[in-house]
Amino acid sequence: MSGTKGRTLLLQGNEACAMGAIYAGCRFFGGYPITPSTEIAEHFARKLPTVGGVFIQMEDEIASISSIIGSSLAGVKAMTATSGPGFSLMQENLGLATVLETPIVIVNIMRSGASTGHPTGTGQGDLMQSRWGTHSDHPVVALAPATAQEMFDLTVKAFNIAEKLRVPVILLPEAVVGHIREAVYIPAEGEMEVIDRERPGSYENFLFFKRDTNGVAHPPDLGAGFRPHYTGLTHDESGFFTAVPDRVNAFTVGLNSKMELHREYLTDYCEETVEDADVLLISFGVTARACAHVTRDLRKRGVKAGCFRPRIVWPFPEERLNRIAQHAHTFIVPELNLGQMRLVVQRVVGPEKRVVGINRVDGAMLTLERMQKEVEEVLA
Amino acid sequence: MPTEPFVKKYLRQRVLPTIWCGGCGLGTVMRVIVEALDDLKIDQNNLVVVSGIGCSSRMAGYLDANTVHTTHGRALPVATGIKLAHPELEVVVIMGDGDGTAIGGNHLIHASRRNINLNVFLLNNGNYGMTSGQVSPMTPHEWHASTCPFGNLEHAFHLCDMVKSAGATYIARTTTFHYMQAVRLAKEVLEHKGFAFLEIYFQCPTYFGRFNEMTDAPAMLQWLKKNAVRYDPEKPRELEKGQFYVGKLWEDNTKDEYTDLYCKLCGRAQEMMQVAD
Repeated sequence: MSGTKGRTLLLQGNEACAMGAIYAGCRFFGGYPITPSTEIAEHFARKLPTVGGVFIQMEDEIASISSIIGSSLAGVKAMTATSGPGFSLMQENLGLATVLETPIVIVNIMRSGASTGHPTGTGQGDLMQSRWGTHSDHPVVALAPATAQEMFDLTVKAFNIAEKLRVPVILLPEAVVGHIREAVYIPAEGEMEVIDRERPGSYENFLFFKRDTNGVAHPPDLGAGFRPHYTGLTHDESGFFTAVPDRVNAFTVGLNSKMELHREYLTDYCEETVEDADVLLISFGVTARACAHVTRDLRKRGVKAGCFRPRIVWPFPEERLNRIAQHAHTFIVPELNLGQMRLVVQRVVGPEKRVVGINRVDGAMLTLERMQKEVEEVLA
Repeated sequence: MPTEPFVKKYLRQRVLPTIWCGGCGLGTVMRVIVEALDDLKIDQNNLVVVSGIGCSSRMAGYLDANTVHTTHGRALPVATGIKLAHPELEVVVIMGDGDGTAIGGNHLIHASRRNINLNVFLLNNGNYGMTSGQVSPMTPHEWHASTCPFGNLEHAFHLCDMVKSAGATYIARTTTFHYMQAVRLAKEVLEHKGFAFLEIYFQCPTYFGRFNEMTDAPAMLQWLKKNAVRYDPEKPRELEKGQFYVGKLWEDNTKDEYTDLYCKLCGRAQEMMQVAD
């Protein structure tokens, strides 16, 4: 009921994610079991039928992402959840969703290691895959929650971005964030903004894929009376295949312009004591929580340290990092991979700056003690 | 008042002509589907056509409906999502043989198993036409294709038997030679409630025919005519090598359809919630 207060519950990150999705209006989940994401599917299997939504367990992850694209094309907000091996299988139709401009949300609860890897280990190895996993130039948005609360909040935000910009949005928590149990505030209905896609009442000359002044196209839902054509082929504003070079160019450039035109909307980060920092700790997700502690410890000892955590990792908040990087001379990038975000940071701050990684790939977290020790070594 | 011919009503004339080769059977198949849609007065605004990738799948672009040309092999899971999200939509799925039985084979058996109300047309020309005639899972044993120039070592699926054992509840086969039968069966597919599957053999003289000593469409249609055997469940007969049944092969109306079952499940879940409250 609108206006009433929300409630605070002790929730697992994965449960908070599923609850956030339902809050955001998600009424379709198609998925395939995979550790460490299965609690999301199980929550949806119990809850969606009670709110008139659809839960279906598909035959594999390829079918899972296909089914949610189908649902969203028909106008029903949809989501899937998986882990690395399943996310690899989804790359094909992640590309399809980008070119059909179909809003969907994909949750990739990151495990550790390539291939089957370490299913119950935690990791951050899919950062680059989430950006470049599907072929060719494409827009994509990825969010990295660090707490159970953010599993709720950023899932709602993921749906809002997907609907507003008509892009697939990836939620990229580590296994630890999926499984952590923390107090989560569930807002009352109407307390948190929920965005639904724009549904024009008419289209000029049936140009369903014509971009508005914000670079967003609003093709109609299937069955809404417009009879649109959707294709994964390069298409012009009508939605039909084109091989005319100018139109093919407009297709790829237009699709990708959505990221640039909404850069401010797609910038979301947390930071502490960055303005005068000599040393910046930069990380994402759960690893960044430890960075905040290390930063405060360093400050207590007189080291001018700061920390910076993108909550939207793609597009990367380059402008903000570039600004706070002017003063700092050392950048420490702790990650549960061999240095994927470190490469981005180095590119943004420039080759003359000192950028050092702290990396762990054994399936465990970077503990505070270990991070403190390694930071000491970097600063020695 | 003369009415508009049905082919004009159901086709997007602004995107014609088709990309299909001269002599290709897909034009005939498209006319079969359109005639069936028109006979049953299917509302185009409520009609969704989903296809995969390949020559056959280009048909989605030519049909004046809500159309989705997806990725290779993925028409069925996309269609499953559409149908479940809005069961009132009439969903037609168009796939080729490589699309539906190789890369999309897993989706075919699982969609059959669910008995979801999809109208599936699997258009079988025995090879990959779009990429110029490679061997497919439906190329007959010892026949030729560009990637089996010395003969096909593999065996084709018994496709209709396969979807039957997977759980489809309406199964039929026809060819582009059997136009009237094809229209009748296509209408039965559209009217059936559950997973309905029609395999249509069609000629690809440009590749499949050329590799197998049938260089034009008439030769291929003669081949389809010669080897087709009308299926009569009362009088089953041994098929000779190369022969195949045409007609309705299977219908089971005892099995509940998936979206109906899901709707009932929602009702049960909501009742349980009310009791719990």
